[in-house]
Amino acid sequence: MERNNRKAWLYLLPALILLGAFLVYPLIDVLIYSFEEGFNFASQTYFGVGLYNYRYVLRDPYFLQALKNTFLLVLITVPVSTALALLISLGLSSIRPLRQLYQTIYFLPYVTNTLAVGLVFMVLFQKTEYTDGLVNLMLSWFGSGPVDFIDGPYWAKLFVLCFYTVWVVLPFKILVLTSALASVNQDYYKAARVDGTSRLRTFTRITLPMISPMIVYLVITGFIGAFKAYSDAVALFGTDLNAAGMNTIVGYVYDMLYGASGGYPSYASAAAILLFLIVLTITCINLMASRRQLQG
Amino acid sequence: MEIRVEHLTKRFYDRGRRQTTTAVSDLTLTAPDGALMGLLGPSGCGKSTTLNMICGLEKPDEGRIFFGGEDVTDLPPEVRGVGMVFQNYALYPHLTVLQNILFPLENLKGAARPSREEMVRRARETAALVEIEALLDRRPRELSGGQQQRVAIARALVKRPRVLLLDEPLSNLDARLRLQTREEICRIQRETGITTLFVTHDQEEAMSISHRIAVMREGLLMQEGAPQQVYDDPACLFVARFLGTPPINVFSGEVRRGALLLDGRAVLEVPEAADGPVWAGIRPEGFLPRPDGPLRCALSRVEVLGRDVSMVCTHPACENGSLRAIVPSRREAEASGGAFALRPDKVFLFDREREIRIPFRAARA
Amino acid sequence: MEQSTNLSALGRRADARRRTLRAFTYLGLSLWAVLVLFPFYWMVLTSFKSYAAYNGEHIPVLYTLSPTLENYRQAFTAVPLGRYLLNTLIFALVTTALMVAVSTLAAYAFARLSFRGKDLVFGLFLSMMMIPSELVVITNFVTITDLDLRNSFPGLILPSITSVFYIYLLKENFEQVPDELYRAAKVDGTSDLKYLWKVLIPICRPTLVTITILKIIECWNSYVWPRLITDDQAYFLVSNGIQEIRENGFGRENIPAMMAAVVVISVPLILLFLAFRRKIMEGVSRGGMKG
Repeated sequence: MERNNRKAWLYLLPALILLGAFLVYPLIDVLIYSFEEGFNFASQTYFGVGLYNYRYVLRDPYFLQALKNTFLLVLITVPVSTALALLISLGLSSIRPLRQLYQTIYFLPYVTNTLAVGLVFMVLFQKTEYTDGLVNLMLSWFGSGPVDFIDGPYWAKLFVLCFYTVWVVLPFKILVLTSALASVNQDYYKAARVDGTSRLRTFTRITLPMISPMIVYLVITGFIGAFKAYSDAVALFGTDLNAAGMNTIVGYVYDMLYGASGGYPSYASAAAILLFLIVLTITCINLMASRRQLQG
Repeated sequence: MEIRVEHLTKRFYDRGRRQTTTAVSDLTLTAPDGALMGLLGPSGCGKSTTLNMICGLEKPDEGRIFFGGEDVTDLPPEVRGVGMVFQNYALYPHLTVLQNILFPLENLKGAARPSREEMVRRARETAALVEIEALLDRRPRELSGGQQQRVAIARALVKRPRVLLLDEPLSNLDARLRLQTREEICRIQRETGITTLFVTHDQEEAMSISHRIAVMREGLLMQEGAPQQVYDDPACLFVARFLGTPPINVFSGEVRRGALLLDGRAVLEVPEAADGPVWAGIRPEGFLPRPDGPLRCALSRVEVLGRDVSMVCTHPACENGSLRAIVPSRREAEASGGAFALRPDKVFLFDREREIRIPFRAARA
Repeated sequence: MEQSTNLSALGRRADARRRTLRAFTYLGLSLWAVLVLFPFYWMVLTSFKSYAAYNGEHIPVLYTLSPTLENYRQAFTAVPLGRYLLNTLIFALVTTALMVAVSTLAAYAFARLSFRGKDLVFGLFLSMMMIPSELVVITNFVTITDLDLRNSFPGLILPSITSVFYIYLLKENFEQVPDELYRAAKVDGTSDLKYLWKVLIPICRPTLVTITILKIIECWNSYVWPRLITDDQAYFLVSNGIQEIRENGFGRENIPAMMAAVVVISVPLILLFLAFRRKIMEGVSRGGMKG
């Protein structure tokens, strides 16, 4: 086929310009920002180059709080949501009537506005002077005292955040796992039945190995997604996350950039790069662990 | 162990068309102890459903299934003692060959469960039977189609089943391997003496290795018997057409006063056959080239394919479009000019409406 | 024969166990379905309760006997919800249209044209999928501010257009169209652009529809970038609008009015989802990630 260099580049031009301006250039720029010390947004000047921004961020109690929140969120929601999605997908693939209906319902959270539905969750969990809220009403049936999940103790706030995160991420995981399960050749299950394989053994020896690539994929994307948590927290606790003590790393980045405590792109850049490094490390560890497991 | 099914019926509810289709209808069949039996029919004839019911993966709506004297209809598959080889082998890709073969043994519980060494010993023994000892540490994707097939058979045999079921065992293999694997299945079956039932849509495959074949069509059993017997004595037009390569030549004809008329000309004496319109099926080897023969066809060409010499002709009454006769030599073929005498034992008459066989007393040609 | 009856009993017991398991499966699945649906039910329910009735419920009530539309009236009058909706609609439609156009051209170049450095450029493209948006948002914020595009549609739209993933998806789809069609078109003297427009796009319409819908959903729900780039209510999208409503709008206590706003924001997407359920789910399971 003849080469049509000029034409091809013309076709690519819009995409290249946009990607260059808003993806590649910023990537380089953010690195530069993060090393520029004492950057002044108004005058666009800085004093020197060094690691001061990183040192500042790592000593900032708000950042440490955000780090703690994010790690707890990741460590709780990723295993819980993956296991729950697996359980639900297994249930879904074992039934025939009503399956479509369930699948449709389960997918709904994916297409809803995180901020909007978060508000509903807030209302359900909130305790105000007028009412203890629906969740507290249900807790009282079991004899537990009312807890303010939105403005109360740390563990309660963390619980709501985890609960809402799981609620939001589950549709994607259920969908992926259901289609993974459906793509397993039914003959394997027939063969297993003829051989009298117990349900548990069929699951651990056949189903799980067959869909393990998809589970690995979900765990990795789950880690990445959970590390970037932000809007769920905003939805539940409002924009001033530092005051609520529920900030996340991404939230810290944005707050540094803009908002009540904003105007420090250098600190924001340093924090963003720290986040990127954390995610990269965890992803690499995940990949290595899963490769070893798949081989073993 | 004899396999016997009686009045087996299975219906499926088709959600799309909101109606039930009968996959298998009132099927009664016996595979004698130690036999290799082929279940033959075009796709969708219910043969795989029958196999699934015998192995217990599907429950029949009506009818019973017996292994030996024992009624196994209500038993779950694992206690029936069946080994099954799936069309695509269903080997677990993440397990090695040895682990695949061990898999059924590891499912056994309680007293039936052998010790680990015993399991491995039996797995190796079975692997030796199907001649794959050298492959035990490989994974299925590293094996050829024929080797995978053997592993699948080994996995089915390792728990010493009472009956062995094979679903389209040769369909995923190329032509050369198919021939070889055919022999292999024969040998394994002979050595183990296990009653084996296999499903195929390939009549040549069924004819070549089975002791008995059962021909099915649209859920109904059309005919059952030894392969040669079914070939020589088809009960209906469908069976006659389904068996044999090249296929049988079908003519629309008429019986009048003890003679078969094709296109108005008497071509064969058919004593004791009733008068009326018929389908006449003539096997390719039933044509004897004779310059003065009563059946006069227009010779299109003579084909020589290896040993076989076949004459391709046209005849106005022939339903196939062109008819094909296998003849002894090219010289004879060309000398005849397209005229044939017929061998009465290779000519079958069928009722025009119901397509079932009309017997006649064959005189020697 | 005794053994045989034992075995039949075994079969029956396995059947019974299967039935129990099935019952539990349905129970569990229904439980989760309720958990998913309940927030939706609650928001619709609350949006129909009057302010007084809602605040009078010390113990939350699961139904209402006197539904009112007052909250919806309030949602559109007390706060500029209509403005937010219109903004979001404009933002979503323009961004999606530009995205589809830009991606189609780029995907066509990768799939059909041959040029020097194609593999290298495509490799770079793929590696761009790894760049987290959180990292680049900082500079983009500065860029847009410097260009004086804050509180404007171009500022909102420009950085949101390109999606490497969709270009990749389209390229894969374009490549599935047999080469013969392209050669036949060339023999007939069809130009590249005409071939793209008349042949490739109609053939690949299902994928184009899928990415269009996914992008619209993404735009409708986007929050972070609009929040950074707009502080003028006239340019708020629904996500920022809802946050604004929550913090300053009706006052923190008028929950029913907030819920009415939430319903208004959620309904278009849910309708879109129900209309294109199969396409959306298929597209998402091919690897569309939220955020």
